Amino acid sequence: MFFNKLRNCLLGAGTMFSLLWAGAVNAEWGLNMTPGVTPVSQDVYDLHMLILYVVTVIGIIVFSIMFWSIFHHRKSKGAVAAKFHHSTFAEIAWTIVPVLILVGMAVPATKTLIKMEQTGDADITVKITGYQWKWKYDYLNEDLSFFSVLAQDSNEARQLGSNIDPASVDHYLLNVDQPIVLPVNKKVRLLTTANDVIHAWWVPALGWKRDAIPGFINDNWAIIEKEGTYRGQCAELCGKDHGFMPIVVKAVPEDEYEAWIEDMKLAQAEAAASGEREWSKDELMAKGKDLYAKNCAACHMAEGQGVPGMFPSLAGSPIVATAEGLPDHIDRLLNGKNLMPAFGEQLSDADIAAVITFERNAWGNDTGDVVQPKDIKAAR
Amino acid sequence: MSEAVIHEEHHDDHDHKPTGIGRWLFSTNHKDIGTMYLVFALVMFFIGGAMALVIRAELFQPGLQYVDPVFFNSMTTVHALVMIFGVVMPAGVGLANWLIPMMIGSPDMALPRLNNMSFWILPFAFALLLSTMFMEGGAPNGGWTMYPPLTLQLGNAFPFLIFAVHFLGISSIMGAINIIATVFNMRAPGMTFMRLPLFVWTWIITAFLLIASLPVLAGAVTMMLTDKFFGTSFFSAAGGGDPVMFQHVFWFFGHPEVYILILPAFGIVSQIIPTFARKPLFGYESMVYATASIAFLSFFVWAHHMFTVGMPLAGELFFMYATMSIAVPTGVKIFNWVATMWRGSMTFETPMLFSLAFVILFSIGGFSGLMLGITPADFQYHDTYFVVAHFHYVLVTGAVFALFAGTYYWLPKWTGHMYDETLGKWHFWLSTISVNVLFFPQHFLGLAGMPRRIPDYSVQFADFNMISSIGGFAFGFSQLLFLYVVIKCVRGGSKVSDQVWEGAHGLEWTLPSPPPFHSFTTPPQVTDATAHS
Repeated sequence: MFFNKLRNCLLGAGTMFSLLWAGAVNAEWGLNMTPGVTPVSQDVYDLHMLILYVVTVIGIIVFSIMFWSIFHHRKSKGAVAAKFHHSTFAEIAWTIVPVLILVGMAVPATKTLIKMEQTGDADITVKITGYQWKWKYDYLNEDLSFFSVLAQDSNEARQLGSNIDPASVDHYLLNVDQPIVLPVNKKVRLLTTANDVIHAWWVPALGWKRDAIPGFINDNWAIIEKEGTYRGQCAELCGKDHGFMPIVVKAVPEDEYEAWIEDMKLAQAEAAASGEREWSKDELMAKGKDLYAKNCAACHMAEGQGVPGMFPSLAGSPIVATAEGLPDHIDRLLNGKNLMPAFGEQLSDADIAAVITFERNAWGNDTGDVVQPKDIKAAR
Repeated sequence: MSEAVIHEEHHDDHDHKPTGIGRWLFSTNHKDIGTMYLVFALVMFFIGGAMALVIRAELFQPGLQYVDPVFFNSMTTVHALVMIFGVVMPAGVGLANWLIPMMIGSPDMALPRLNNMSFWILPFAFALLLSTMFMEGGAPNGGWTMYPPLTLQLGNAFPFLIFAVHFLGISSIMGAINIIATVFNMRAPGMTFMRLPLFVWTWIITAFLLIASLPVLAGAVTMMLTDKFFGTSFFSAAGGGDPVMFQHVFWFFGHPEVYILILPAFGIVSQIIPTFARKPLFGYESMVYATASIAFLSFFVWAHHMFTVGMPLAGELFFMYATMSIAVPTGVKIFNWVATMWRGSMTFETPMLFSLAFVILFSIGGFSGLMLGITPADFQYHDTYFVVAHFHYVLVTGAVFALFAGTYYWLPKWTGHMYDETLGKWHFWLSTISVNVLFFPQHFLGLAGMPRRIPDYSVQFADFNMISSIGGFAFGFSQLLFLYVVIKCVRGGSKVSDQVWEGAHGLEWTLPSPPPFHSFTTPPQVTDATAHS
């Protein structure tokens, strides 16, 4: 497989330059920007193609003159150097002509930019919050919110030395556990902000990216005109797992969207109710293992060993592995410390109870502690 | 190496030259300091290049094979800092040191002791920076742009990063002061400003950019230092500060910095093309004015690096128009170089080959720069591999290629020996082909949606990444040939004349090859006929 790929690449390298100058768009090779699925993304694509053609034509003219000169005005062909070294006319001409071309570019660019800033009159508003390293979506009109993290199969395959072939994973690194669902042909206002460091929310098919900045809210909009699943990624370096916080948008007809909202609310109500009952240790361990992989393993690593100097080890840690550490352990989860985020606002009582129970009984930690959702509720 | 041929009238110089390690440690001589700058830059070039190869090795295939994401982020961050502050800037100052006194007809730089100090700060600054590679928590990994709050999460390396940046800034500012003092005060009789070689002009303008922009960077990182250790909240929203303000302040430095890196390259190419076209530089005055315009405009375009932070519409429009306007003086320079070649009598020695490649490949970087300046399109391009391709075209095939060209052009003057032309041409062709295989596919990757600064990517980006990595390794190893050619030339080779190149004009070519320890002990008289030719 590897050598086939290498051969394809070498063949591809030979053809790609001609492809670009011909302006050819080869979807399989992913050569060009997507025209996207919103009115704005189409405008942006048109602007991109216009400026690409303009610079290509200028390039061809200038480089042709240069190469003509290189071939004909060479000493080996007996060329004798001319003496001229100044022309006011030429200097003025090649100042004014580029100015006119630039003005021609600035007009459509300005129009598109003004259009992109019209964020009013939205049908739906979703607030997007960047976390290290996941996205939170709040449907502001619906009292619905959830986190979206890298899909588990991608997460396993992307570990250093996992020996899992990325090609065997469904949408490797571009798949999430819970996509954001939006209705087609509705104006959606998308607010971006962040909880810790700066992130950037980018789905190329929507035609823009926008930084998610702690303490600030940026507003953007999109009208998705075509049903489908659109994928993107965080585009602003946000630390260790910057490359592993994808975005998946599913655009569906309005009735499907309404049904999805109802399902999500139902599921959230069930999850909230589960915090009221007593859980068995096995239940907590199973749920905790799953939640640990999603929320904790990015820093504390799969085996709880941490990263020396950055993220502490949980295996054998005094807080996690001894009975006296329990109150501190709960406090860390709920309120965070230094780089540790406050998971109290991200996870339910049952979730936190499960993670703590799992951590206290895994990787050689054998406290035997079983922490119940009501213990967490009491500690909040 | 300067023991070789020294002309009769410079006999006395032998007595004043210190020997041994002291010659270098305590040097106040512009040539020795220039040599140290250039050697330092070459060493850092290989260190920064090795980091780039770690990056390209990890990106050869999807999946993480060799390094963890934190180390990967350290590699991208430190690679950039090393290449910008350790390679291109010192190499530019090294050339300025060697050439400006010889070009303006002076014996040495105006402030020789300052010159010594500005060089010797560099190794210490980089010792600070590179020592972080061995610290718990790793080297800086928040990107060379050091955006808070991310960079504030850095561990023990943080104060080392800040102080390394301070030292690098101090070193560059002192170098810039020296260059301005030298050009303003030490020109030979008749060497008016409008007779200065273009390399000298680009360096004066660069020196002013350095003095104006580096204190701003120092201020920004100092504010970050107090945020981290002394409880201030300049950049923390929770404390009433503004993380975006750092970006504004940083790029107010950062955009002029881009021209600090490229203007000396413009100067080098403007010396070389007339020599090998055997024809005077076309539009000398317009070249000077274009350079000055670019430098002036560079202070009004910073926010085009941060279009996606969410600025008001008026701000986005202003920075878009200002950015587009820079294409005009830059175009003028390209047109002037092409007009210089037109109806010349060209030969294609290695310096000329690198200069021609510079004109074409820098233009391609300029074209993608113009595309990036179109704000709505930038909302797609920003922080993707399209940007990575763009700035490597202007910095590698732009600045670094010009430095190669300059090295081949003046190496015979400095050493008195001709370099190996066959190997030089091999170096050129290997570099030019591989660098395009390396960076051209990155345009496609960016347009297809691959963000920059990621250690792993989805499988649709696999093919172009593999091509890019192959080009990267070929380019990297080709530079060993450059090292060999330089060492071979320093150690020996066929003797060259004073003028070296048939078409070379200017004061540096009137001195012996190699030149005497003190360049012009009696100032030459410059006339219109000897300048500008």
